[in-house]
Amino acid sequence: MTDLVLDIRDLSVDYGIGDNAVHAAVGVDLALRKGEVLGLAGESGSGKSTLAYAVTRLLRPPGVITGGEVWFHGEDGEVDLLAADADVLRKLRWQEISVVFQSAMHSLNPVYTIGRQLTDVYEVHRPNLSRTARRDRAVDLLRMVGITGDRLNSYPHELSGGMRQRVMIAMALALEPRIVIMDEPTTALDVVTQREIMSELIGLRDRLGFAVLFITHDLSLLIELADSIAVMYAGRLVERAPAASLFRAPRHPYTLGLLNSFPSLHGAWRKMTGITGSPPDLRHVPSGCPFHPRCPHAVDVCHTNQPALLELQPGRSTACWLHDGVHTPPAELVLPEPFVGRMS
Amino acid sequence: MTAEVRSPAEETTVLLAARGLTKHFPHRERRHPLRRLSVRAVEDVTLDLAAGTVTAVVGESGSGKSTLARMLARLIVPTAGEVLLHGVPTPPGGVRRDYSRQVQLVLQDPFSSLNPVHSVRYHLARPLVIHRLAERGADLDRSIRELLDRVALTPVETFIDKYPHELSGGQRQRVAIARALAVRPDVLIADEPVSMLDVSIRLGVLNLLADLRDTEGLAILYVTHDIASARYLADTIAVMYAGRVVESGPAAEVTDNPAHPYTRLLLRAAPDPDRIEPHVTTGRGAPPSLVRPPAGCRFHPRCPHVMDVCRTTAPPDLSVAAGHVSACWLHETTDRPVAANGEAG
Repeated sequence: MTDLVLDIRDLSVDYGIGDNAVHAAVGVDLALRKGEVLGLAGESGSGKSTLAYAVTRLLRPPGVITGGEVWFHGEDGEVDLLAADADVLRKLRWQEISVVFQSAMHSLNPVYTIGRQLTDVYEVHRPNLSRTARRDRAVDLLRMVGITGDRLNSYPHELSGGMRQRVMIAMALALEPRIVIMDEPTTALDVVTQREIMSELIGLRDRLGFAVLFITHDLSLLIELADSIAVMYAGRLVERAPAASLFRAPRHPYTLGLLNSFPSLHGAWRKMTGITGSPPDLRHVPSGCPFHPRCPHAVDVCHTNQPALLELQPGRSTACWLHDGVHTPPAELVLPEPFVGRMS
Repeated sequence: MTAEVRSPAEETTVLLAARGLTKHFPHRERRHPLRRLSVRAVEDVTLDLAAGTVTAVVGESGSGKSTLARMLARLIVPTAGEVLLHGVPTPPGGVRRDYSRQVQLVLQDPFSSLNPVHSVRYHLARPLVIHRLAERGADLDRSIRELLDRVALTPVETFIDKYPHELSGGQRQRVAIARALAVRPDVLIADEPVSMLDVSIRLGVLNLLADLRDTEGLAILYVTHDIASARYLADTIAVMYAGRVVESGPAAEVTDNPAHPYTRLLLRAAPDPDRIEPHVTTGRGAPPSLVRPPAGCRFHPRCPHVMDVCRTTAPPDLSVAAGHVSACWLHETTDRPVAANGEAG
């Protein structure tokens, strides 16, 4: 595959060491292609943010990367981010891989103007640019995310939450990276603002061609936004599929349960139950498949053995014993693939 | 939600009512330190909470929905208007304990609304003891077990002596609901009760609220920013924008046939995998400043259908269908064509 930009292989992350270590991510395989929006969905404690921090090598102690490789495919060859030294990382971060964190409130420096923070990026990474050129680029960036240039002189507290998040996205795009990792970028925003930012983001992706790893707990948002979706549970990847397939024909009982957790805006009222039980405590992950205590279809083997991620067809895989060819999955987990591709 | 099944019965008993509730918070600006300004958080809201129904208040942050909930819980004193409990006005000087015996509040964040140094048993014993609803000893213990049973924290033994940090978010919120139920209130005010919870367990808490409505006849006010969950749980929905109720009516009616341009914007912006038509986001921008709200209709600067009258005069509540009102000049006369749901413009 030549269009890969990020290839995560068998990545494992622990918090703490020894017997008390909490396994926040276990053997995660994930590939991000050029220009793709890959959604990573999971509940709190599923390891989705840990994964983002590990990939960018921003993980802080007691977080420890215990295994795996993360290959970044750039113009000048491939780099294993987990083996890269500080110099290599410094060249890649922001230039090639940038991150937008959840809380724009805390990511912008409150005592500097927006303009100063935007031009600062260019001052460090593009030292050849003149002062006016830097400022022009900053104005262009703001315009790109729908903010007028006169806001350059504003301080973060003078902007609304949505505008601050737009500034963060603009900053992430400043050096035209190949990958943008977004960790719950719109969770703190109102739905109308979220919708605006999402459509701007997709427009920018279409224009600039960067790939997005979009991390959120809101699966319903991802189905509209992402090209493909990976679902995490208790640190493991349980399903990966194109967005439309995942929505119309989920294969993992957890995905199905999540989809049944979002009341619809259409149609007749029907009782929905969500998923029974509680999300797992990572200090005491259940044996076998970590989802089995909450799974309505669990069979004997689920209690003892952990299922591997099994490729059902190209681009779609799931980690569930029901699909191992021996068991017969229930009808709702073998719905036919939707015929249509992505509409947007 | 089919109207036949879930519409409130003909004769409903209004337990708690808001009449013209208004809240202006004092506000000063650095530029004009001596000028007394106010944040007009809630403006002239009238609302009925009937026995055995869930009323949802839907709005974005800053719409005044939590301020309204707090006024109804008597945590803050309204600037104008009154709260009627069983049809009787509640004067500001009244005994708070009598009021909270009948109207209870469940807050958004079960991580901070429970005291980390006290057990579940203590949290549930306090209201029972304070309101003298149970004798200390076996009676108290039995009442606590009953409460845990009612919120489906079973087997009771596993939960009764736990501390908040030993419980998941959903379990904590159930404890908070059990604590509110301890005084056997008539009215439950739930301010974003599920927004801090994991997606997979939200419906469990919403279904619990629905059960309490159906089996115990509680009047529930469900405050939320999530209009899909309001459609799921509520019998009636009131949509708030910039401190005013802009539309209200039966839940399915409001979400399926939205009459106010803001409700349509909200519905279009909500994540919706089943959506057929592509997104057309009309009404960009953000809610206005509540210190200097726009004249006339507060939505007019963002409204795609704005007319001259909207800029000068606030619209009255106009009826669009049975029990369905919209504060929008578009519905003023029947001969003026109202944009259809698809909304061409």
